[in-house]
Amino acid sequence: MIRSEILRDIAPLLCDHLVVCNIGLPSQELHMIDDQPTNFYMLGTMGLSSSIGLGLALAQDKKVIAIDGDGSVLTNFGTLSTIANNCADNFILLIIDNGSYGSTGDQPTYAGKKTSLTAVALACGCENVIECQAEETGAVLKSALEGDKMTIIVSKCKSGNIKVPVIIMDPVVIRDRFMTAVKA
Amino acid sequence: MSVNEEIVSDLVANKIEFVTSVPCKQLAGVIDTIEACPEIFHIPSNKEDEGMGLCAGAFMGGKRPAIIMQNTAIGVTINTLATLIQFYRMPLPMLISYRGELGEPVACQVEMAVHTKALLAQFNIPTYHFHHQDDVNELDAILKHTFMCNKPVAILTDASFWKEC
Repeated sequence: MIRSEILRDIAPLLCDHLVVCNIGLPSQELHMIDDQPTNFYMLGTMGLSSSIGLGLALAQDKKVIAIDGDGSVLTNFGTLSTIANNCADNFILLIIDNGSYGSTGDQPTYAGKKTSLTAVALACGCENVIECQAEETGAVLKSALEGDKMTIIVSKCKSGNIKVPVIIMDPVVIRDRFMTAVKA
Repeated sequence: MSVNEEIVSDLVANKIEFVTSVPCKQLAGVIDTIEACPEIFHIPSNKEDEGMGLCAGAFMGGKRPAIIMQNTAIGVTINTLATLIQFYRMPLPMLISYRGELGEPVACQVEMAVHTKALLAQFNIPTYHFHHQDDVNELDAILKHTFMCNKPVAILTDASFWKEC
């Protein structure tokens, strides 16, 4: 399974919750598969999906799923220690770990080599870290949503991309629509 | 009221409830005062761009944010300021210690000080400079201005300002 297939698989679970989605192809794919006002698409700023998601979860009570990638977590490594030390039980970080920088042409990341993001998250002090295979992501996410515990999911999948259009929605529209959904 | 208490009281009066920080010696007192303030949730960041991500999330969650950092962080956060805070039009007061100004003992700090105002000007970021202790009296209006215009706003606080405090 590749990332877009995971997103297609979990879209029915995502649509009832606040979702912060990573820059580039992940946001473009989610936008194409199931655009929702509860989705915040990052159009820039690699690495900050988990930080935006944590800030959002700490500021209000609804469940927040931040969809991140292995490359983006590597670029903002400090985030895992901030997450561990500022527990928000309405927060789920879903790292889709395909071992590559998908949006830029599938160059390999260190997460696809010797570095285990699961081990890093545990070492940072995250208490509820689940590594799963791509096919299990839906079931793992469902049980994380049913539990009231902050959860880090590392979903291991194959690298590869599908053709998707860029998001042409204005950023202020994305943000305003999202904030209205947060308040609803 | 000490200047640290004055700053924190202005934050509280402007309903700022979510503050992130990366420390600086000059800001140690204000960070301690924020940490002790029950109305404000203080979350230390490892890096200032991470902090801006946290602030963006908190803002969309309905809490007014602020970031406390050193002016060297302008270099770290240029991309985040442009592609997140400005692109999505989010308000963000940035209380910045302006290292490398008169009284600075560390030469390297001057290297970033000479670029600080130029970078802020290049990014059209409204910038205020606190040099005397009385300048803190403008903070309340600056915070109101920030949340009126939905922009990142820089408040540079130099060594002379902190020396008088």
